[in-house]
Amino acid sequence: MPDVLVLVDHDGERVNKTTYELLAAARRLGDPAAVVVGTPGTAARLRESLARYGATSVHAAESTEAADFLVTPAVDALELAVSETSPAAVLVSATTDGRETAARLAARLDAGLLIDAVDLDSSGAVTQIVFGGSYTVRSQVTHGTPVITVRPGSFEPEEHPGGAVERTLAPPAVDPAGSARITDRRAVPAGDRPGLTEAAVVVSGGRGVGGTDGFEVVEELADAFSGAVGASRAAVDAGYYPHQFQVGQTGKSVSPQLYIALGISGAIQHLAGMQTSRTIVAVNKDPEAPILDLADYGVVGDLFAVAPRLTREVAARRADG
Amino acid sequence: MNIVVLVKQVPDTGAERTLSRSDHLLDREDADLVLDEINERAAEEALSLKETADAHIVVVSMGPESALEAIRKVLAMGADRGIHICDDRLRGADVLTTAKVLAAALRTVENVDLVLAGDATTDGRASAVPAVVADLLALPQVTQVRKLDVDAGRVRAERETENGEATLDAPLPALVSVTEKINEPRYPSFKGIMAAKRKPVDTVDLDDLFPGADDAEFLVRRTRVLEAVPRPARSAGIRITDDGSAGRQLAAYLIAQKLV
Repeated sequence: MPDVLVLVDHDGERVNKTTYELLAAARRLGDPAAVVVGTPGTAARLRESLARYGATSVHAAESTEAADFLVTPAVDALELAVSETSPAAVLVSATTDGRETAARLAARLDAGLLIDAVDLDSSGAVTQIVFGGSYTVRSQVTHGTPVITVRPGSFEPEEHPGGAVERTLAPPAVDPAGSARITDRRAVPAGDRPGLTEAAVVVSGGRGVGGTDGFEVVEELADAFSGAVGASRAAVDAGYYPHQFQVGQTGKSVSPQLYIALGISGAIQHLAGMQTSRTIVAVNKDPEAPILDLADYGVVGDLFAVAPRLTREVAARRADG
Repeated sequence: MNIVVLVKQVPDTGAERTLSRSDHLLDREDADLVLDEINERAAEEALSLKETADAHIVVVSMGPESALEAIRKVLAMGADRGIHICDDRLRGADVLTTAKVLAAALRTVENVDLVLAGDATTDGRASAVPAVVADLLALPQVTQVRKLDVDAGRVRAERETENGEATLDAPLPALVSVTEKINEPRYPSFKGIMAAKRKPVDTVDLDDLFPGADDAEFLVRRTRVLEAVPRPARSAGIRITDDGSAGRQLAAYLIAQKLV
């Protein structure tokens, strides 16, 4: 079996769930080979978790500077790993850093790039959902080593306990004239909620929520489901909720099992970011709100009356279960 | 300071977008074409830099004849000249071809200090072209920027992604991509629109950018669409009007659907 390279997302101590999803995807094409880019010692800390989820080898591209530069160290490491292993494909999570890494790698390899895959089969054909859910497209790489970014949440992590061989990669030192240095990092306070793109349930608020205080109702319902909170662009522009939670054309695309829209009218830009959700529920005072036309369950009513009641019912049900 | 702004004309996100049946490419004839809204903010950032420092702004766009309108709009906002890469052979170009062509056009501009682009365009959303252009030109990539300072030959920027925020520092020349959060773009004035008509725009094609290259080199197809199927539009399901019991009814529905 050929190797399939997987770029590992991690925080230095732990592997992100998206990486386990990539390892599961990679198994369809060959032997998953994890590439860890980090400071010295990182790969040793992560190796056991990677092996448990199916990595048959772990390539360590470690240097004291690895975390100091933006994207470039990962591109350099993958380029070297490709030349050393001639993999069947390279898989990277379709996060912001992942997309940029994958595209730069594909440029260096002059290879086909497929973005935002939601599925892939053993022939390497990839399924994508484009234009906010209006088309399903299947594509294939026809030139060079396929470089594929995979949408988080598209694959289930699979445990495949085994040993992983550790290898060392020694990419060249980063050229500071050609790379941006990261001089400070601040984690966005995420609290206890799951990430928007990973959550099984997303509860979003729109302008109808009326203000920052009104978002408590949205947060309480999300917490009852252990879900994530989203916001429409109108709510973000009005300053009710931070930008990184924006769902829609110019925000994040989400595709949860359940999407609950509170006080969101459903501008086409918002619909583009959420209409691939499995089940859609909308609560809106305005019976003409476009989102009611595509909701599986639409309530014409005041969200401040409906949502707290739903929160209590869900919390009670989950406490019983 | 020499600044280049990369812009793209895209279908209006407010209008319906369809793929052509014959080649799976965007049906441009049906689309309402506009200057991409995030690119417009990249242009605004260039123009606000010009207000505090001596700067010359070149706007570059790759696209069919209609893309000239997007260039004229940025000239009307205050940019100085345009380069329009227009070649039928580029129809359907992928991220890599697009980036290679843009990089070749940038090489024709002397002494570039700063390249500005939007972090994504609202059509493709690959959010990858700026990073590839930076790689091809060996420039630092300073991407996903919501706040930018250019001073003393360096760029300092605030980057914001799903993983958190970071402060970036890089020497000029550099490539910067901005998010929609960076500013509010200005409207072109009537005076600006009139002046834009007299500003120079060079139209170039692949033979100008890659003299001596044969088509196969820059038009290599790296991916192939096997099929493109329209997804069925969603239709409305159950609808109720709240009479005080909607919260409970909704809960019962979600429980029945095994969503709680």
